Amino acid sequence: MSEPRNVTLHRRHLLAGAAALGATVTAPAIVRAQGAALKVGVLLPRSGAQAGIGQDCFRGVELANPIFKGLGLPELQIMNADTETNVDVARARAEKLIADGAQLLVGAFDSGQSSAIAQVAEQKGIPFVINIAAAPPITEQGYKFVFRNFPTAPMILGDAFNNQKEVFEVGGSAPKTVVFLHVNDTFGMAMKNGLSAMMPKFNMPYEIKETISYDPTARDLSVEVAKAKATGADALLVVSRLNDAILMTRELVKQRWSPQAILSMGPGWYEDQYLKTLGKLGDGPLSFVPWYDPNKKVSKQLEAALGKKFPGINMNTNHVYTFEALMVAADAYKRAKSADPKALADAIRTTNITDNVSTGPGISFNAKGQNDKLKNSVIQNRGGKLVTVAPKGATNAKVEWPMKPYDKRA
Amino acid sequence: MPADIYFNVAIGGLLTGLVYGLMALGLSVIFGVVRVVNFAHGEMMTIAMYLAVVLFASFHLDPLLMLLPIAAVLFCAGYLLQMTLINPFISRPEHSQFMLMVAVALIIVNCLLMIFGPDAQAVQTSYSFDSFAVGPLIIDATKLYAGIASILVAAVLFAFFKFAPYGKAIRACADNYTGALVVGLDVKHLYALAFGLGTACVGAAGAIIVLIVDVTPPLGPAYTLLAFVIVITGGLGSMPGALLGGVLIGLTEAMAGLFFTPSAKSMFAFGILVLVLLFRPQGIMGRRLT
Repeated sequence: MSEPRNVTLHRRHLLAGAAALGATVTAPAIVRAQGAALKVGVLLPRSGAQAGIGQDCFRGVELANPIFKGLGLPELQIMNADTETNVDVARARAEKLIADGAQLLVGAFDSGQSSAIAQVAEQKGIPFVINIAAAPPITEQGYKFVFRNFPTAPMILGDAFNNQKEVFEVGGSAPKTVVFLHVNDTFGMAMKNGLSAMMPKFNMPYEIKETISYDPTARDLSVEVAKAKATGADALLVVSRLNDAILMTRELVKQRWSPQAILSMGPGWYEDQYLKTLGKLGDGPLSFVPWYDPNKKVSKQLEAALGKKFPGINMNTNHVYTFEALMVAADAYKRAKSADPKALADAIRTTNITDNVSTGPGISFNAKGQNDKLKNSVIQNRGGKLVTVAPKGATNAKVEWPMKPYDKRA
Repeated sequence: MPADIYFNVAIGGLLTGLVYGLMALGLSVIFGVVRVVNFAHGEMMTIAMYLAVVLFASFHLDPLLMLLPIAAVLFCAGYLLQMTLINPFISRPEHSQFMLMVAVALIIVNCLLMIFGPDAQAVQTSYSFDSFAVGPLIIDATKLYAGIASILVAAVLFAFFKFAPYGKAIRACADNYTGALVVGLDVKHLYALAFGLGTACVGAAGAIIVLIVDVTPPLGPAYTLLAFVIVITGGLGSMPGALLGGVLIGLTEAMAGLFFTPSAKSMFAFGILVLVLLFRPQGIMGRRLT
């Protein structure tokens, strides 16, 4: 047993102790700023109704770090969270990620889930870069820590209307009537409201005969398609997700209805799972969506990396915009030289990336935290692949118009 | 709207309702005999759906042909579950039974998630996209086969309870537990048999419904709830009531989607439930408790 020692505490010892403590407390911050990877919490719906799309988005995450290295961007430490396609779970997971040390959040594909995460991010003062979510209110709340590199519903619709006119012109005819089918989640309702407000301004050649909404978790869309068919509309205008896009196509075939065109203004119809599940029956739909510029250098790098890591997977919106959200994070961390949330947010606000992937001049944010310079493309499913048919100057195929009837396919 | 659309939708709803009815029949059999509310009913159906998916993906075996083997597997699982896990809870308070079955349901969902992942999986048979045109009517071939298969399975189950000695013994247990014991029936075995028959029934329903609906692990709770709505509407413990309830709910959902908005079709199914609870609490074909 050791004997008790008599220790006299001097002012000098206290000073040295305080200095040592100060060094211990501040050291991690210094180390972090000098080279430790930024901890990025990635929230995606990797289970539940949007699981397929959430997992597809995650491919963009998996490709990011190796490409960033080549671009001179710092490596990111990814912390994953599954939102389970549920707004409440998304909110809880965002809180947990922050509690676990996430310094920046990215996600969450869905507008409802992204809105919930945005509230948490703003409350905790942690920057949140939205990969995919189109509901306008998210960037209309005056948030200081929320940024979106994805077009809002009105932006998507505005581009979609212009691109539709171009497609009709190239195709040589236009539908006179359409029936509008949409999911009734946050994104679907935002698109529906935007459509009602914006369509009169664009002088479209068609009228909407009926609007039919349905639940995003619907297991059977036979009634919806029967109702749509009964309107006698020339074409189908849709805002959907992946599972419902597959269900809708099955019903179109079973109910022997081949509309002149399927004009989609959302995800689902260009996804790999859609193409693989339906084979030849998946050919034909036109998606008016945020896409990528195939001529950009980073696009080619991303496409090559995707092809190498995930053979047979077509590059799409999910990969591109998730990758770019992380690119925004890495670029901001590089310029901020700090993981301090406020410094990161300030750096994101002054983002100016021109060497990017998405269609448009590049990535920058307006005062509301929205990238308002993004442009859409028109994608058509052709033989299990995706071709770009509009806008002019960014195409690699001519539109196939009208869509080949289902009963005429081998 | 043209008149044929109403008939098309009604036929679709009727055929889907028959499959719903078969699923609920299993729940009704279990409750009617064992008096345990099976909160893992929908989850058991998803097991059957995944079995059908695996058999189809591995060996290209049509789910309709695999209906009997899948039902047999589910029967064995149900029998063992009753004998080992549920039987000790028979005499315990109802809330203990509820919690047990909820726990079983959660375990099933999470196991399925671990094994199969969250992606929707489907069986795409050679007739998946077929339909029959009868004059102006277009009948979905898959739903037609599913409806016919459901009627056949239900008929076999009815015949078993009506004519087979074991069926009669199970009914005796359900009618008078003490009396069954007095006459020397092996009630424990009969309870397990009844539970097994209930799970076999839901197994058959799973093998059929996978032709119509893509399967994901979280589908289970939704179908458990649907089965409850159907059996309460039809009459808890009444087998014909379960079948009738299924048809009624299937038809209501379809027609509500057509006349009102498709996104509100579930609301109408629950509306029927509320009306039944208000005006005929024992269900349409249920017996009033004295």
